[in-house]
Amino acid sequence: MPGPVTSQVVALEINGEQVELEVPTRRLLVHFIRDDLGLTGTHVGCDTGNCGACTIHVNGEPVKSCMMLAVQAHGSKIATVEGLAPDGELTTLQRAFNEHHALQCGYCTPGMLMSAAALLERNPSPSEEEVRVAIQGNICRCTGYVNIVEAIKEAAR
Amino acid sequence: MSETTTAPVTTPVVVPGKTWVGDSIPRKEDKRLVQGQGVFFDDVRRHGMGYVHFVRSPYAHAAITRIDVSKAAALEGVYGTLIGEEVAALTDPFFELSVPPGAHIKDYALAVGKVRFQGEPVAAVVATTRELARDAADLVEVDYEPLTAIVDGEQALTEDAAILHEEAGSNVVWEGQFDWGDFDSALAEADKVIKIERLHFHRFSSTPLECSGCVVEYDKGTAQWTIVCNHQMPGVGAIWMGPALRCGIDKLRFVTQDIGGGFGNKICLHPYYVACCLLARKLNRPVQWTEWRSDQHMANAHGNERTFLDVVVPVKADGTMLGFSVKAIDDCGAFPRYEPLGAIIWAQVTPGCYRWENIKVDFTQVVTNKSPVSPNRGYSRMQHLWLTERIVDIVASELDLDPVEVRKKNYIRTEEMPYTTPNGCVYDSGDYARCLDQALSLVDYSGVEARRAEAESRGKLLGLGIGSTLDSGTNNFGQSQLINPDLQFSGNNEVATVKLDIFGELVVTLGTVPQGQGHETTTAQLVADLLGVTPDDVYVRPGHDSFWNSHAGFSGTYASQFAVTGLGAVKGATEMLASQIKRLAAVILGAGDPEAIELAEGHARLRDNPEVALPFMACGAIINANNAGLPAELDDVTLNCRYVFRPHFDVPDKEKKYGNLTLTYATQIHACVVEIDRETGVVEIVDYAAVDDCGNRIHPQIVEGQVHGATAQALGAALHEAFVYDEDGNLLTPNFYDYHVPHALDMPPLKTGYIESASPFTSLGTKGMGEGGGAGIHAVCAAIQNALRPVGKPVVSGSWNPYHRVWELMRDPEESRKLVSVTDL
Repeated sequence: MPGPVTSQVVALEINGEQVELEVPTRRLLVHFIRDDLGLTGTHVGCDTGNCGACTIHVNGEPVKSCMMLAVQAHGSKIATVEGLAPDGELTTLQRAFNEHHALQCGYCTPGMLMSAAALLERNPSPSEEEVRVAIQGNICRCTGYVNIVEAIKEAAR
Repeated sequence: MSETTTAPVTTPVVVPGKTWVGDSIPRKEDKRLVQGQGVFFDDVRRHGMGYVHFVRSPYAHAAITRIDVSKAAALEGVYGTLIGEEVAALTDPFFELSVPPGAHIKDYALAVGKVRFQGEPVAAVVATTRELARDAADLVEVDYEPLTAIVDGEQALTEDAAILHEEAGSNVVWEGQFDWGDFDSALAEADKVIKIERLHFHRFSSTPLECSGCVVEYDKGTAQWTIVCNHQMPGVGAIWMGPALRCGIDKLRFVTQDIGGGFGNKICLHPYYVACCLLARKLNRPVQWTEWRSDQHMANAHGNERTFLDVVVPVKADGTMLGFSVKAIDDCGAFPRYEPLGAIIWAQVTPGCYRWENIKVDFTQVVTNKSPVSPNRGYSRMQHLWLTERIVDIVASELDLDPVEVRKKNYIRTEEMPYTTPNGCVYDSGDYARCLDQALSLVDYSGVEARRAEAESRGKLLGLGIGSTLDSGTNNFGQSQLINPDLQFSGNNEVATVKLDIFGELVVTLGTVPQGQGHETTTAQLVADLLGVTPDDVYVRPGHDSFWNSHAGFSGTYASQFAVTGLGAVKGATEMLASQIKRLAAVILGAGDPEAIELAEGHARLRDNPEVALPFMACGAIINANNAGLPAELDDVTLNCRYVFRPHFDVPDKEKKYGNLTLTYATQIHACVVEIDRETGVVEIVDYAAVDDCGNRIHPQIVEGQVHGATAQALGAALHEAFVYDEDGNLLTPNFYDYHVPHALDMPPLKTGYIESASPFTSLGTKGMGEGGGAGIHAVCAAIQNALRPVGKPVVSGSWNPYHRVWELMRDPEESRKLVSVTDL
């Protein structure tokens, strides 16, 4: 009797590019993105799905990529922080983070941006409460969220 | 006064004569960080790299009777292992800062013979992938004989307490008496004496979002290690690691770029790094270690836990306090590491913000079977300042005095600055009463009673609390000699190198190790002003590399000092460079006197005739690549200038424990309004103001960002965050589920204000200010106590007040009131 399947081919679109790679079936999506694809902008902060530093978009929805296996993303369309400004021209949201000092160490920033971008996509003019709800799954230990909330509100204006 | 939460932004444009210091320009660091292009240690890959996983103790205290790694080593894909016995043979124990008994403690990279806290590493496994290393670690067999766990500082001191470190013969690391002024006379002079039996400052940490780790390579030919990492104080890390690894400091090359938050929690990484160094050498391949979140909570670095016993406060009838005496028991966890420096660091702020002249402290630091501590934002002063603020509020409450008036009566006054404290520290400048007025005005103090009544009608108890703190910055490391007279540390230093390169590039190299403080930006502002260019013209290398040779023994980013030591070094180096450029230009332009040259708009030009100008690019090219025919008087001109900033300190008097321990004192006065639900004890912060005075501000937006962040950490600590252990030494809060840090919905609106009392002791009038968050803990405790006055006047005796503790205070106020007594004299 054959043993359990321990590796599988994952094919998906990431930041507009097609990738296809055989990976261990137990590999987390975040480690696939970081270690196998070398897209290190997506971060790991907690291992338990609390911190949101690994937030990406899967088929347009914000998802914590440490809470998914790579094989579960097979056939999907993924966007990471590297896909926000592929030509280096910062988006309105990224510029607002810079101008409002919404980041200090910058470790939570990629996940924070991806959560905020998803919010603005579905709700272009959110209230402050809606902004806070949208990023409640993203922990920042540096800023107290004050300037992050300001930046997202500014980007929505 | 500012009520805004976002300082205005100035975009750099070239305006002749424009200066940049004081402007909130967009940070230079951000462009890479918002694009996911930062380089954190875990982003670094090396060919053939192995992943390290530590096997950790499930017990808080146990003898190790057997370790067998053979099954793990036999697994395909495992490169190798390391156990405590090998560590004991290949390294020397890390040096201890303490005198005996602490001096006798033996601390190695892995547990040797016994384990002393849950999560202590006992072995390490290296494999081809993270997953495999973890699997292999499960195959390591360790037999333990459990021992009684000591989980409380007072328990550690009892007669029959189990001893953690047999070689020390005691659970005491360090003990000492501090006695300044004349406490007995103060008692004689007092009209009343207030006694507080017990206060407790709890265990928590800033828990940076990026866990600790490193990538270590060993070069066999040169016997040198390269450690790409997130150590925030590599100068001192190397001082620990070199002797342990039996190598010179220069064999340890520390490299950092971006670091995902530090807060002091990344200072004591040397045990893990030494294990990784041994593995890289043993396996002859690069290894990388990334700490798991639960490992960080269990086994990296907590903040110091401190119990205050028998507080005695002599008070005059008018509310003037004459000082205090206290017995402090500091619990540093299983190994001292950076300790017992915490046993003296608090003395930087001995009387807090107050004119208290008679202070007696009996300080004992002990080990317990809990995670070792390390400096944590507000290190050791936060605990002590919480004590001073609790004293003020408890005294005010017991004597029915107004906490605002009591503070103003006892605050050191601005006209008394610079103020010498009873133990010889010199508070450089400040105006605490003015900061308090501003904070009170921001929370509409005059309307508080009306709001209290309105809240009451909704079943809520409203209270206002104040937190006053000082953020003492730029350590005099000579204070270490007050805990161990044989230590050879004193003063402080920091380094910067500024060069003008061949194509006119201005490049700055710092010795500091930033973790979000914006050093690249503030450095560029200062250099731009001194050389007449814009911040965009200045490239500040991100991070730290000890092979840049731009560091010194105390280099790092810690203890609120960059704006003084870091920028002091930048200023020194840039002025050296400016002088060299002028001398070169004077020769080339035939000006004779270098003072006839001015630097502006990227040129060295004649002050009297700006048309005659030499572009910086030409200066760089002449010195570096086209220097034939230069006169001998320019032989020392390199346009590559290294400056070591050293503040002027004396070694403190070891007998009297007297002397200046820090250079600057930033002020934070916070005011907090809470509402407490009578049914549940849930505390909601409904209004909050933080007023900061850090002298001259280089970049107001960065200063305000530090205030926001430090305040958020304080509010989290006061209401939610705690490292809670059960009686067997199991950590009950080892992840972000159980250890609740503030989320966006938890944070109240923060109002900020500032004043600028320039420091007379620093070259830019600046003060370090990143650690001033403790005020939030004090303010929340005070506000809760104030709110609960109508329900039996309970005493807030702990720094951690989640809803269930508040509910307990309401249910049984008398229990807490037993802690306090007032005696009329």
